Amino acid sequence: MLELLLSIRPILAIFVSLTAAVLILCLRHRANLRDTVSVVAAVVKFAIVISLAPLVLAGGTHDLTLFEVLPGVTFAFRVDALGMVFATVSSLLWILAALYSIGYMRSQNERAQTRFFAAFAVSLSAAVGGAFAANLFTLVIFYEVLSLVTYPLVYHKEDATSWAGSRRYMVYLVGASKSLLLAGLALTYHLAGALDFMPQGLFGDTEASGTLLSVVYFCYLFGFAKAAIMPFHAWLPAAMVAPTPVSALLHAVAVVKMGVFCLLRVIFHVMGVDLMGSLGLAIATAYLVSFTIVMASIYALTRDDLKARLAYSTVSQLSYIILGAVLLTPMAAVGGVTHIAAHAFSKITLFFCAGSIYCASHRRNISDLAGIGRQLPWTMAAFFIGSLGMIGLPPTGGFISKWYLVLGSAQAGEMVFLAVLLVSAILNAAYFLPVTYTAFFERAKPSQDQSLVAMQDVREIPMVAAPLLASALLSVALGLNPGFFVELAQLVMRGAGL
Amino acid sequence: MTGLPVLSMLILLPAVGAVVLPFLRAAQTARWFAFVFLFADFLLAVWILTTFDASSAAMQFGEHYAWVPSLGISYRLGVDGISVWFVLLTTLLGWICVLASWTSITTRVQEFMTCLLAMQSLMVGVFCALDMILFYILWEAMLVPMYLIIGIWGGDNRVYASFKFFLYTLAGSLLFLIGILLLYFNAGQTFDMLALMDADYPLQLQIWVFLAFLVAFAVKVPMVPLHTWLPDAHVQAPTAGSIILAGVLLKMGAYGFLRFSLPMLPEASHFFAPMMIALSSVAIVYGGFLALVQSDIKKLIAYSSVSHMGFITLGLFTFDAMGLSGAVIQMFNHGITTGALFLCVGLIYQRGHSREIAAYGGLIKMVPLFGILFAAFLLASMALPGLNGFIGELLVLAGAFGVSGWAGAAGVLGALIGAAYLLGVYRQMLLGPIKAPNGAELWDLNPRELACALPLLLFVIWFGLYPKPFLTILQPSLDQLMIQLTPLAVPP
Repeated sequence: MLELLLSIRPILAIFVSLTAAVLILCLRHRANLRDTVSVVAAVVKFAIVISLAPLVLAGGTHDLTLFEVLPGVTFAFRVDALGMVFATVSSLLWILAALYSIGYMRSQNERAQTRFFAAFAVSLSAAVGGAFAANLFTLVIFYEVLSLVTYPLVYHKEDATSWAGSRRYMVYLVGASKSLLLAGLALTYHLAGALDFMPQGLFGDTEASGTLLSVVYFCYLFGFAKAAIMPFHAWLPAAMVAPTPVSALLHAVAVVKMGVFCLLRVIFHVMGVDLMGSLGLAIATAYLVSFTIVMASIYALTRDDLKARLAYSTVSQLSYIILGAVLLTPMAAVGGVTHIAAHAFSKITLFFCAGSIYCASHRRNISDLAGIGRQLPWTMAAFFIGSLGMIGLPPTGGFISKWYLVLGSAQAGEMVFLAVLLVSAILNAAYFLPVTYTAFFERAKPSQDQSLVAMQDVREIPMVAAPLLASALLSVALGLNPGFFVELAQLVMRGAGL
Repeated sequence: MTGLPVLSMLILLPAVGAVVLPFLRAAQTARWFAFVFLFADFLLAVWILTTFDASSAAMQFGEHYAWVPSLGISYRLGVDGISVWFVLLTTLLGWICVLASWTSITTRVQEFMTCLLAMQSLMVGVFCALDMILFYILWEAMLVPMYLIIGIWGGDNRVYASFKFFLYTLAGSLLFLIGILLLYFNAGQTFDMLALMDADYPLQLQIWVFLAFLVAFAVKVPMVPLHTWLPDAHVQAPTAGSIILAGVLLKMGAYGFLRFSLPMLPEASHFFAPMMIALSSVAIVYGGFLALVQSDIKKLIAYSSVSHMGFITLGLFTFDAMGLSGAVIQMFNHGITTGALFLCVGLIYQRGHSREIAAYGGLIKMVPLFGILFAAFLLASMALPGLNGFIGELLVLAGAFGVSGWAGAAGVLGALIGAAYLLGVYRQMLLGPIKAPNGAELWDLNPRELACALPLLLFVIWFGLYPKPFLTILQPSLDQLMIQLTPLAVPP
């Protein structure tokens, strides 16, 4: 019995949050119990995921094939280093996000909280399911489920703005997957007769032309629109109409990282690094994502709405991860994979802070934040730590991942990308540091807007502030001791043959 | 194999019911009577499926009695790995139709149920028939109960719609008969379908026969440009009529290609394949665009059928192992999903008396059970990965890309448009503030209605994740078809 339970841990990790969603729906009239379920499920889920880590760190994989769907296509799970990174990050941060959501939703007296928590839980099932998927078929199922269950979270407020935002969200995500991704899948299945992830890619034996394989690759690159590579990024700012906990965990961690994760799978385990290099796909992608990195930062610079600035920053940072993969050097790959964790810890902190500011003061715009540092010292201090992570300064995890990325581009001998990384770091500093400066060093101005809470009345909300401090600490902890994620990243790198 | 003539029993059980039923007085008795007969028929079909030998491509449960020996006509039945699934689909939808009409049909209940029973007998017969004349007679006879179902119990414009339906299909049938006779005289005066498949015909003859068959089958599928009867028929038909029409009758056209055109006329099939693929691609995209602009939910689903049936004909004419198996599984899945969608529309029409998409909103809040089921079927229809529609779509596209990049691209475009209109319905009818026609108070599903929908949901999930049983039983027959399809001579 114990053996069986241990062997099906990947499924248990998925089912914990699904079960939680059902319980949440059942307990809709008992708010305290309902919200306890979220937290407990998050802790259990993280425990299950982390219990798989020793095996993976020892270089093993945890395989579980449920059944064959089509010839050469199975419904199967495989816990490997890359999946472990994604699953650990999302399940760990769910604990904080669950606590934070409770504080946020209650302080705002939000509507439809049951639907919110249930959909949130299913999203986490989908994220971890994707992380553990052993082939494209299984991965795509969870990828689509994630689009679908985050939809109610985006239209949560059900006003005109949120309907418009959620519409754009679905049009981009489902549109890209129903056209490009579908074509990519069908072509892959046609050419390779299988959809499994392989260390050297699927197309080793096919006689397909390089052009056709390039088409397949670009179908994936843009079909997995959750990775938000320009021009398929516009859904992400639109998704900011969602309540802030959603923006924090899903649109800074689970959903966007799912997109990036899928692309890493494609680069390392569907195309394979050899093909990526020989067809010139790697270098083409590197230029594409470099453009995204710089352009998104410039967009971010022009946004006064804090969440919009954070969203564009996410677009930019996601492309760092992909850049790390397509530079095809060992250091860059380690940097890219580690950045999944580093960006997650920092960006969730920043979003938590944005939510905390909103809850406490109803302020969204950076220009209204003058002097708020005195009222919300913890929040703004955490914001500062988050900013350091984005810029890539010690002692945060962002420093570690960007350090590897810089080394990796030097290894690749491509000065262009080195320049991109440096320019982007400066841009990051340019749009994050002024927020802290405004908050702490500018004098509060009396505002005409009646909907804003007067500055002297703004107070920290403990239930909201505690998780954001925790995530800021996590980000520092990652900077001080990045061992776990760097080791996993090195396993990913070696597994891909770099 | 047992010695029992199970296929005859399968055909005759509803037929006997249809003969007895008009003598029943009470409407309620008639409903129960029809339900019991059709459900028993379904159980028999399930039994046939479970005892079916999946390792063989041969016709199984064969029966053969001489009928008109002087002309070579016989009563010959049998099912292979393809038709056995359509027998199951037909019998499954049969009793669901009875339950779906339980309260929505209140006039001439006995006659209605008689039509349903007769219809089922004939449809199962078509899928089991192995003699051309028997097939043709059953094929034609099907028109009558269907014509009555639409013409008597249909909507306001039922006479026009039923007549159009009748004319279109009848026009196709006459050419079909001529084609059959041409084959008969060229293959040594036999109507045995297996013998006709084994015979070789000159290309010139094949081309003419293919064209004759094409009209009959293309009307049934329906392929653009012969599709215009479908929206009228669907909109006017009662719920049960729509379910049968979408679930089974449309499949007959594709089944015709699968049973006659491809194995009997392989060279002509190859000759016409580019045209068929082009027509299918047009149907996929054009049907999708038509669906996109509909404000009437029933019309929208009808046009979506045109688009989704295009996937089936596209898959058939790729002559590729993936494309063909995709086409067949898509036939089955489309029957399940579209049948379920028409069922849902019927249920909501019975409550709100409107088919306008814009008249409804927030159904998932107002009637959660209905809302969740309707959502699942919409998502299955847009081929969400993990639900049944996706398997067929993926296989057909994988096959199509092997033949023509353009056909594959048209398929992908169709899938994209499909997502657009189906998610549009999802958003408009299921989400948002609660809205019902004239502020009506809608009520949620009762156990009988759940009993209609849940079996369909089971197939939606089962074949979405684990279509292997289907493919295992199908494979030997498809392999044989692939051999028959290999052209003996290269067409000029």
